[in-house]
Amino acid sequence: METKITGRVWKYGDDVNTDVIFPGKYTYSISDPKEMAQHALEDLDPTFVANVQPGDIIVAGKNWGCGSSREQAVVCLKEAGVGAIVAHSFARIYFRNCINHALPIVTCDAADGVESGQEITIDFAAGTVTTPAGEYTFPPLSPEVMAILNAGGLIPHVRQQLNIE
Amino acid sequence: MGQTFVEKVLARRAGLDSVVPGQIVTVRPDKLLTHDNTAAISRQFRKIGVDRVADPNMNVIVLDHVTPAANETYATNHKITREFVAEQGISAFYDIGEGICHQVLPEKGHAWPGAVIVGSDSHTPTYGAFGAFSAGIGRTEAAAVMATGQIWLRVPESLRIVVSGKLPAQVSAKDVILHIIGDLRADGANYCSVELTGETIRHMSVASRMVLTNMAAEMGAKNSVVEPDDKTHAWLQGRVMNGYEEIHADPDATYERVIEYDVSGLLPQVARPHTVDNVVAVKELADTPINQALIGTCTNGRLEDLEAAADILRGQHIASNVRLLVLPASREVLLAAIERGIVSDLVTAGATLLNPGCGPCLGAHEGCMAPGEVTISTANRNFKGRMGSKEALIYLGSPATVAASALTGVITDPREV
Repeated sequence: METKITGRVWKYGDDVNTDVIFPGKYTYSISDPKEMAQHALEDLDPTFVANVQPGDIIVAGKNWGCGSSREQAVVCLKEAGVGAIVAHSFARIYFRNCINHALPIVTCDAADGVESGQEITIDFAAGTVTTPAGEYTFPPLSPEVMAILNAGGLIPHVRQQLNIE
Repeated sequence: MGQTFVEKVLARRAGLDSVVPGQIVTVRPDKLLTHDNTAAISRQFRKIGVDRVADPNMNVIVLDHVTPAANETYATNHKITREFVAEQGISAFYDIGEGICHQVLPEKGHAWPGAVIVGSDSHTPTYGAFGAFSAGIGRTEAAAVMATGQIWLRVPESLRIVVSGKLPAQVSAKDVILHIIGDLRADGANYCSVELTGETIRHMSVASRMVLTNMAAEMGAKNSVVEPDDKTHAWLQGRVMNGYEEIHADPDATYERVIEYDVSGLLPQVARPHTVDNVVAVKELADTPINQALIGTCTNGRLEDLEAAADILRGQHIASNVRLLVLPASREVLLAAIERGIVSDLVTAGATLLNPGCGPCLGAHEGCMAPGEVTISTANRNFKGRMGSKEALIYLGSPATVAASALTGVITDPREV
């Protein structure tokens, strides 16, 4: 995992649920991640898919990813190029799904200091998010979670655990 | 020092004397639930590179989300699932028509007090109604559990919700949990283990307790639990074949928060679009026109729910401009409802009876909405776009409220019909 990333921000509010990140009507009909990416945030922000750039960062309020356990709500954003998600808080299944797909997540209040289109820098080693309005700190992830992120996600992590080449 | 339910169950399963919130433990679940997403999970499982699931007896697979298959893509998913079941020698497989996973799993004896259950569905906390620890996980994680037979879990903080007071007529478990979610909000129990207790819950049926634990997911709970009692044992009798040991929180356990509710004066509640915590009394929305009414889902598709609707609709007919969809939660519920004449009452009153399953709740088939339409539903989610068009509106209420609304064509307090 990169220790420091800088990206352009897409800012959203509180309680953004998985239905608006990836609509339920596609959950059993789309299995190609590239096709999933074409529907990312479809019912929340129709401008997102056409304008997202690799390395962009989503910054949100509280309870990002509440609702369904659908993993496509993580995969569609990762495949669309999103480099990290920063939120005041995450719904727990969404949090695990991000770790399992090695999509870096940061729990802090950076949404208070940035608007859509501006740039922020996340320093994972230092535990800081630098916004135009100042610096925000976040606690380190647990060693168990870092091991999964550093392996590149849960599947490579389990392969390592099971000694599968 | 006393321990909460979740601290006890996770410590025991991790082989430790005690655990504290925030600690990470690795446990072997008793059961792993997967549903229509088993096809996708099997693809992730194969990427891991093992040939056989760690323990075929751990797997419970229920096809329920889009059943029968609505098109070739869904049919192919189901076929891949059936082939995986046969290849892996999984005996607890329930094909289309058996019902919704959260109803079928306990009906078939796969949930019991003290059990540890994980499932690739966000409403997996439902089994807490039987005194189990149960939590939702994602697809890749389910594949990893299949491969390793293990999962890491963070020991959550615990909330204790104490509900007291006798429920007024036509006010049910759904109104109680909507009221609580409206109060605590969509993230009010984020990451927490929610213990539900108090005289009101002790007086509730097992089916009503399932409404509470099912919807605890809508305030962010990791798991939710009701203490098992004689009603639990009676319900499980003849279903669970293995022995089990109940786990109860210690009286001196430490909670992040203890919250008390007196529901003796509670009014019928409804959640407005587009969030579950947007809750008001039904009477505040009176006369809001509806196009569709839905009675069913893993929240409210059980016999007592269909009966509550039939009690309102018997001998009458729904409004001419309303479509009423009824989906029993399982084959067992459907058969009981047929036997008691409830199906006849509902269909005569104008209901369209659908097969046991998730139906239109996730917007894939069997009653999706057009732009501008309004549904009142007994489901657990009213997110924008969930039942079809993002320009449609979903209200959530109890079976009695939904039935009363179907009767009049506008959102209606069930005490007024």
